[in-house]
Amino acid sequence: MALKTSAGFLRLKHLKQVVRLLSAHTRPETVINGGKPAEFPGAKAPYVTQMKFLNETSYDPIPIYRVMENNGEIIDSREEPNIENETLINMYNTMVQLNNMDKILYESQRQGRISFYMTNYCEEGIHVGSAAALSPRDLVFAQYREVGVFLYRGVTVTELVNQCYGNHEDPGKGRQMPVHYGSKQFNLVTISSPLATQMPQAVGAAYAFKRVPNNDRCVICFFGEGAASEGDAHAAFNFAATLDCPVIMFCRNNGYAISTPAIEQYRGDGIAARGPSLGIQTVRVDGTDLLAVYNAVSRAREYAVTNNKPVLIEAMSYRVGHHSTSDDSSAYRSLEEIKKWNTDESPVQKFKLYLEHKGLWDVESDKTWNKEARNIVIKTMQEAEKKKLPNWKEMLEDVYYDMPPRIQKQMQQMEEHLKKYPEHYPLDQYQSD
Amino acid sequence: MSSAIRKNCFLISKLFKNVNNCSKRLSSHFIYFPDNEKPVDGETSKMNMMQAINNAMDITLKNDPTAVVFGEDVAFGGVFRCALGLQEKYGKDRVFNTPLCEQGIAGFGIGLATAGATAIAEIQFADYIFPAFDQLVNEAAKARYRSGGQFDCGALTVRTPCSAVGHGGLYHSQSPEAFFAHVPGLKVVVPRGPIAAKGLLLSCIRERDPCIFLEPKILYRSAAEEVPLEDYTLPLGEAQLLKEGDAATLIGWGTQVHVLLEVAQMAEEELGIKCDVIDLQSILPWDEDTVCNSVKKTGRCLISHEAPLTSGFGAELAATIQEECFLHLEAPIARVTGWDAPFPHVFEPFYLPDKWRCYHTLAELVKY
Ligand SMILES: Cc1ncc(C[n+]2csc(CCOP(=O)(O)OP(=O)(O)O)c2C)c(N)n1
Ligand SMILES: [Mg+2]
Repeated sequence: MALKTSAGFLRLKHLKQVVRLLSAHTRPETVINGGKPAEFPGAKAPYVTQMKFLNETSYDPIPIYRVMENNGEIIDSREEPNIENETLINMYNTMVQLNNMDKILYESQRQGRISFYMTNYCEEGIHVGSAAALSPRDLVFAQYREVGVFLYRGVTVTELVNQCYGNHEDPGKGRQMPVHYGSKQFNLVTISSPLATQMPQAVGAAYAFKRVPNNDRCVICFFGEGAASEGDAHAAFNFAATLDCPVIMFCRNNGYAISTPAIEQYRGDGIAARGPSLGIQTVRVDGTDLLAVYNAVSRAREYAVTNNKPVLIEAMSYRVGHHSTSDDSSAYRSLEEIKKWNTDESPVQKFKLYLEHKGLWDVESDKTWNKEARNIVIKTMQEAEKKKLPNWKEMLEDVYYDMPPRIQKQMQQMEEHLKKYPEHYPLDQYQSD
Repeated sequence: MSSAIRKNCFLISKLFKNVNNCSKRLSSHFIYFPDNEKPVDGETSKMNMMQAINNAMDITLKNDPTAVVFGEDVAFGGVFRCALGLQEKYGKDRVFNTPLCEQGIAGFGIGLATAGATAIAEIQFADYIFPAFDQLVNEAAKARYRSGGQFDCGALTVRTPCSAVGHGGLYHSQSPEAFFAHVPGLKVVVPRGPIAAKGLLLSCIRERDPCIFLEPKILYRSAAEEVPLEDYTLPLGEAQLLKEGDAATLIGWGTQVHVLLEVAQMAEEELGIKCDVIDLQSILPWDEDTVCNSVKKTGRCLISHEAPLTSGFGAELAATIQEECFLHLEAPIARVTGWDAPFPHVFEPFYLPDKWRCYHTLAELVKY
């Protein structure tokens, strides 16, 4: 985020040049304070004699890094990441699996089979590109629209669908709403609905990693551009910078927070502009370009782990689906607006074209995998639906490590109550002792 | 996308024909008892609670030129559509979206009120009011006191949807009234339906103290009543006696009032007893007179709320009732509440203080 025309803003040797820049061009150059910068504890900056307010137009907009054209062609061959063919195909397959899961689970909510769902359309490249660039041991703090990261890590469709049903095979024991996945095994911290709370937590986790001898892990934290307005977001950035934490703060800027468009969420140059101002290494990428996301996260990861410093990534995208099954976005945006993100700018489409150029994929393989991916979800759902919900007693477990006597007493009360009034409770849907 | 989905929908319904449905656990846990008494005469219109709240804000915006309505997604009406159409009617400077930040919403509202405007803030879900806790507890509640009465933010009302909906899980179901009831300086109100919501919300908006208005979200659409169209208020700090009897006093607020009304009906049919049913409405300050007079009459008291038992507002009621009515009590005061656990998703039918748990406790209470 360099000041317009000057890359050396903060480099003190270029002090004179800077003084010129920030003052009126008509004034003769003056030497202030013997040419030495100010030594306030809060700012080491040059003095100037003319006051000038800075605003968003004082800076060039932070550019958006791209690797691919919309037709899947590499723009600058030096930027093409070196990824094995098998991995590339796996990446694409994950996106398709994700799409099929979204379509079917969204519909299943409409039919009352699950209580809630959120789709991920147009953000598949963000999920898979970032997940592929990380080490599986890196800890992920997600918001909720990142299930592609979970899939890529190796969480199965079955586990995800079980969570949505809250059945007894849901690792979260049916306690949370659908899409609140979590997997200790795959280093995916369980999702929580309150927005931005995961952000300072991710920073704390990164600090803990840093203190482990020979640490080679980092933390990645996903958050929406809406969540970035919360107080916790600022706290996270500032802690990450001042406490030198190896964390990647990854903003999915999809243009909307439910009905609120980005223009009503913030002014200035997006979320990325906040990075340099807080002393954080920052990059903005095209989130619909999987390879751009991959490069950004690989380099961010290397930087974070090597230097014990945070990186902020802002990935630009668009929320193609409704916010969730509780939302009807036709109330606040036009179908017309959505169209191009579903076609030319579709991350899945772009990456497919890239694979086709490389001769790794064709129409036939696409058809076959789509069909299989769809069947996997449907079969899994049929099974998930037959599975019982967890024993109702799970309701009172895990509140504390050891159940305090007061909760034991409450469990006993409920047990007696259910013995007396079993016909009024859907006990047959739940596992029994 | 949508056509693909529609096609899929058809295929899936075919595939799933034989699988059991799970509608039982999604059905609602109470019967709605509409209000038949109108607080004022005059023309009425059938409104659900969402429309009644919309109507109260509409009246305020029309008559009070300083009034503004704001919060996350409020411009298009809010996620529960309570502000529907108000931006079109009153303009973008009076009904608007804020950035996604509850502490900001509360602080901004306090500032508006400090500077003489009427502030109606919406927090999208009561579960998300906690980032605003500091602003509400340390600032809104204490502004008058710490300034020696020079400043206040009485013109602030914070509306927020609360309580169970059948499938809200941990973070779309909480009933946080007790947290705010512990804060001298705030007023806390929970309506049980459209008529009450309109009158109480208008009172909160005009009240000289900051108010937290908790709206049981399950009632937004499920509850409909003939609501008077004109401007009216219902007094804060007063409970309503909805049903009379002599066997016991049942106390609740919000959705739970309807559970208790049904329980009273069951007790009448099954046990042949009649109970007082009290809607507390105002949690802070609460109506000691109505409650204690009733308990002195009946000698038995059951308090019920969705929030967890420990330190729930029922504890405060029970302590005061035993102090005031000790010699009249025939049995220990009973509390039927949510359990001491976070609000769970698939276990909601077991978590809620439903009519069977309340009925059973009442039956024990009268036998005591
Ligand atoms: C603290 C808090 N406030 C409000 C909400 C309700 N809410 C859920 S998602 C959402 C919008 C989030 O938008 P964004 O961060 O941009 O993520 P996106 O949905 O676009 O992926 C809101 C307001 C919440 N979950 N938590
Ligand atoms: Mg967003």
